[in-house]
Amino acid sequence: MEALPKITFAPPKAAAERADSVHAVPRPAVRLAPVIPPAGRFADRIFKGLVLGCAASVFAIVVLIVIELVSQSRLSLRAFGLSFFVHSNWDPVSGDFGAFPFIYGTLVSSLLALIIAVPLAAGVALFTTEMCPRPLRSTLSFLVELLAAIPSVIYGLWGIFVLAPILRTYVEPWLAHNFGWTGLFEGAPYGLGMLAAGIILAIMIVPIIASITREVVTAVPRQQREAVLALGATRWETLRIGVLRNARTGIMGGIILGLGRALGETIAVTMVIGNSPQISKSLFAPGYTLASVIANEFTEATGNLYLSALMEIGLALFIITLIVNALAQLLVWSVTRGMPARAIG
Amino acid sequence: MDNDKHSGHETHAWKVSFGRRVANSAATIGMACAAVLVVTPLVVIFSYLVYRGIGALNWSFLTQIPKPVGEAGGGMANAIVGSALILLIASAIGIPLGIGSGVFLAEYGRNRYGDVVRFTADVLNGVPSIVIGSTVWGLLVVTQKHFSLFSGAVALGIMMVPTVTRSTEEILLMVPQSVREAAIGLGISQWRVTVSVVLRTATAGILTGIMLAFARVAGETAPLMFTAFGNQFWSVSPNQPASALPLQIFYYATSAFEELNRQAWAGALVLIVLIVGTIGIVRLVASRGLMKGAV
Amino acid sequence: MGVPIQAKGLNAWFGKTQALYDIALDIPPNHATAIIGPSGCGKSTFVRCLNRMHETVPNARVAGSVNIGTVDVYGNGTPAVELRRRVGMVFQKPNPFPTMSIYDNVAAGLRLNGIRNRHKLDESVERSLRQAALWDEVKDSLNTKSGASLSGGQQQRLCIARALAVEPEVMLMDEPASALDPISTSKVEDLIYQLKEHYTIVIVTHNMQQAARVAEFTGFFLMGRLVEFDKTEKIFTTPRDKRTEDYITGRFG
Repeated sequence: MEALPKITFAPPKAAAERADSVHAVPRPAVRLAPVIPPAGRFADRIFKGLVLGCAASVFAIVVLIVIELVSQSRLSLRAFGLSFFVHSNWDPVSGDFGAFPFIYGTLVSSLLALIIAVPLAAGVALFTTEMCPRPLRSTLSFLVELLAAIPSVIYGLWGIFVLAPILRTYVEPWLAHNFGWTGLFEGAPYGLGMLAAGIILAIMIVPIIASITREVVTAVPRQQREAVLALGATRWETLRIGVLRNARTGIMGGIILGLGRALGETIAVTMVIGNSPQISKSLFAPGYTLASVIANEFTEATGNLYLSALMEIGLALFIITLIVNALAQLLVWSVTRGMPARAIG
Repeated sequence: MDNDKHSGHETHAWKVSFGRRVANSAATIGMACAAVLVVTPLVVIFSYLVYRGIGALNWSFLTQIPKPVGEAGGGMANAIVGSALILLIASAIGIPLGIGSGVFLAEYGRNRYGDVVRFTADVLNGVPSIVIGSTVWGLLVVTQKHFSLFSGAVALGIMMVPTVTRSTEEILLMVPQSVREAAIGLGISQWRVTVSVVLRTATAGILTGIMLAFARVAGETAPLMFTAFGNQFWSVSPNQPASALPLQIFYYATSAFEELNRQAWAGALVLIVLIVGTIGIVRLVASRGLMKGAV
Repeated sequence: MGVPIQAKGLNAWFGKTQALYDIALDIPPNHATAIIGPSGCGKSTFVRCLNRMHETVPNARVAGSVNIGTVDVYGNGTPAVELRRRVGMVFQKPNPFPTMSIYDNVAAGLRLNGIRNRHKLDESVERSLRQAALWDEVKDSLNTKSGASLSGGQQQRLCIARALAVEPEVMLMDEPASALDPISTSKVEDLIYQLKEHYTIVIVTHNMQQAARVAEFTGFFLMGRLVEFDKTEKIFTTPRDKRTEDYITGRFG
C-alpha cells in the first residue's frame, strides 16, 4: 500500500467544538479519521487487474479453441486440402475422407428445420406480443421458454421412441402417397431419418427465434403503430406495416441465430437422423451431420488421419457457426441499437 | 374491431373491405394456430416423460449403480452423483470467470477492448458444444492420457462463461449511474463501489443469469462424451472417468435393451425435474421483485 | 465545524467543451451558499469540481485550484476517495442503494470505510437519521424496508442521512429538492437551515426563492462564468451586474 496523506480540514480543537449536534443527539465516540485506512489506488489496480484477467481469459479460451482445432486437423488439411469439403467418400478403413455428405446432411436438416420453425416461431411471438389476452401472455412466453430448457438428449429420446414411430406409421406413408411425385418423400418409411431430424431441430430452435422476434417487435416504437392505426388500418395491417416492416432485420437476425443453433446441434440429431453418410433426395432416407459424425466416431477413431479428419470437421463447424452467429448478432444489434442482445441460454 | 369501423371513405358506409377483413381474421387465426402448434410438443413431451419416467423410477434407480447388461434392476446413482460433481466444479470455474468478465465489460469495457471481449464472448456462446468437447479432449485428455471428470467439468465450465458474462454485464448496466455516484460521493474507493454497492444491488439479477447458465449446461451431453466419457461404476475422483445423467440417458436410449430404454426415461425425468426446478426458482425469485429496486 | 472553500482560476471541460471559465470564489465556513443560474450555466459542474466528482465522468478535465480548509483539493497526492468522504454530497435525484435496507443505506459509508462495531454503527445511524429529520418516520422499519420503498422526499432525506453518517465537514447539494413535492422541499430546506451551523453548505438550485430562504451567500453563474457573488440579500435586492438583475427579475433563463 502506498502511504497517502491524511486529510484534516479542521484542526482537532475545532472538531471537539462540533460536539453538540443538531438535535442534541449525543456525538458518537467514534472519530473516523484515525481508523480509515488510506483508500487504496493500489487495491483499485488489483481489482481492475483481476476482472481484466477474467475478460482476457474469455479471449484466451476462444484463441485456444482455434489453435487446438487447427493444430489437430493439420494432418487432414495437408492430406486432402480443400477437396475435403467436396469429396463425398467417407471410408475410415481405406483412409479416404471426404466431408461432403456431412455438409449436405447438416445443411438439409437445418434448412428443413428453418422452414418448419420460422412460421411457427414468428406466429407464436406475434401472438404473444400483439394478439394474446394479457393474462395468457406471460404463461405463453414461459411455456416457449421451457421448450428451450429441455435438454438435447431428452429431445433425442422422445424422437426415438415417440416421434419416429408416429412418422413411420402415419405421416410418412401419407406424405409418400400424396407428395411422392416430388421425389422428396420416397423410399421405405424408417421413421428415423432426415425428416425426423428436421422436425426435432425445428422444435429446438423455435424458442430462440421466437424470443428474438418478441424482443425486436417490442422494440418498435409505439408511435409507429399508432401512425398506421390512425390511417384506419386493421390490426393485421398495423402489424404488417407498422411493426414487421420495422422489425424485419431483427427477425432475420433471430432466424439466422436459430440456424446457427441448428447447425451445431449434436445429440438430438445424432439420435434420430440415422447416421449414414449418404446423399439422398428423399427426406425419409437417413443422413449424417458434421456434429453427429464427431459425436459418433470420435472415440472410435483409430489412426491419426481419421482423428484429424474429424477435427477438421470440428474446425469447419466452428467457422460456419462463427460466420452465421456474427451475421445474426449484426442484424439484431442494428435493430436494438447496440443494447446488449440477450445471451440466449 | 372498433378501430376498423372508422376507416374507409364515407361512401363505403363505414365498412372495411371484405378482403381486408378476411386477411385480418386469417392472420389472427394463423398466429393462434402457431401458438398451439408450438405448445403442443411441449405438453406431449412433458406428459410422455412423466408417464414413462414415473413407471421406471424407483428407489433402487436412485441408489444403485448400473447392473451388468442383461440383468434387471440397477440404477443411475453414480450418474447422478457424477453430474452433481461435474456441475459443481464447472460452476467453480465458469461462474467467477463469467462474473469477472461481466464486471470488466460493464465497469471498464466501454471501449475497444470491451468490444473485443464482448465479441469473443458471443463467439464462444455460439461454438457448438461438440466442438468445445473435442477441444477440451485435445487440451486435457490427450495431455493427461485418460478421460476424467475434471476435463468434463472444464468443458461445461467454459460453456457457462459467456452466458454468465453477458447476463452479468447486462444487469450491471441496469444499475443506475446515480447509485454509483452516490457511493463515489461517500468517498468509497472504486473497487469497493463496484463490489459492495453495484454488485450487491445487482445480486438477484446476476443469480438469475447464473442459474440459467447452470440449467443450460446441466443437460449437455455432447461436451462430456470425450471428456468425462462415462463410467459404469462408482467414482468420485476428479481424475477418473465419470458418468453423468445426460450421458447415461444417451447410452441407454440408443441401447437395444428394453430395460435400459426404460431407465433412460427415468433418468430423463430426474434431469428435467432438476432443470425445470432450477428455472422455477429463478422465476420465483424474479417475480418476487427482489430486482425491482435495481431497475 | 465547517471549513472555508476557496476556488481559484477553476476551469473545467467535458471533452472539448469548456464548462467553467476561471472561477474564483471564496465560500465562507458554517454558512449556506447558494449557486444559482439558468440550466447549463455550469453550476452543477462547479460543485462537482469541489469534491472531484467531475473527473469521474469520462473525458472530463479540470484545471485551476480548489482549497478546502487547508487541503489543496487538486494537489499532488491528495487522495480523491478520502476527500469525497470528507465532503458529503447530495444529488439532484434521490439515489438510495435500492437493495439495501434503510439501516444499511445509512451505514453503507461507514461500513465501506471499515467500521464494523455494531454499537457504533447503531449510534451513527440514529444520529444521522435524526439530523436528517427522518428518524421518527422510519425508526420502526430500519431493517425491514428497503431504501427504494420510501417516498421521494423520504428518499432524499435518507440520502442526506447517508451523507451525514460519514461526518463530512462540507456538504454539497446539487439541486437537492428539484425532484421533490413542496412539503418534502420545505422539510429539506429546514434541514439545510439547521445543518449550516455545523457544516459549510453549498447548494445548487434553480429556484431563487429557495436560495433566498436558505442561503446567506449567493453566487450567480452564467454560461460557465461566475457573474456575481455576494450576500444573498444584496444579490436579490441590489445586484451590481446587469445580467444578474435580468435573471433575478425573470427577464431571461
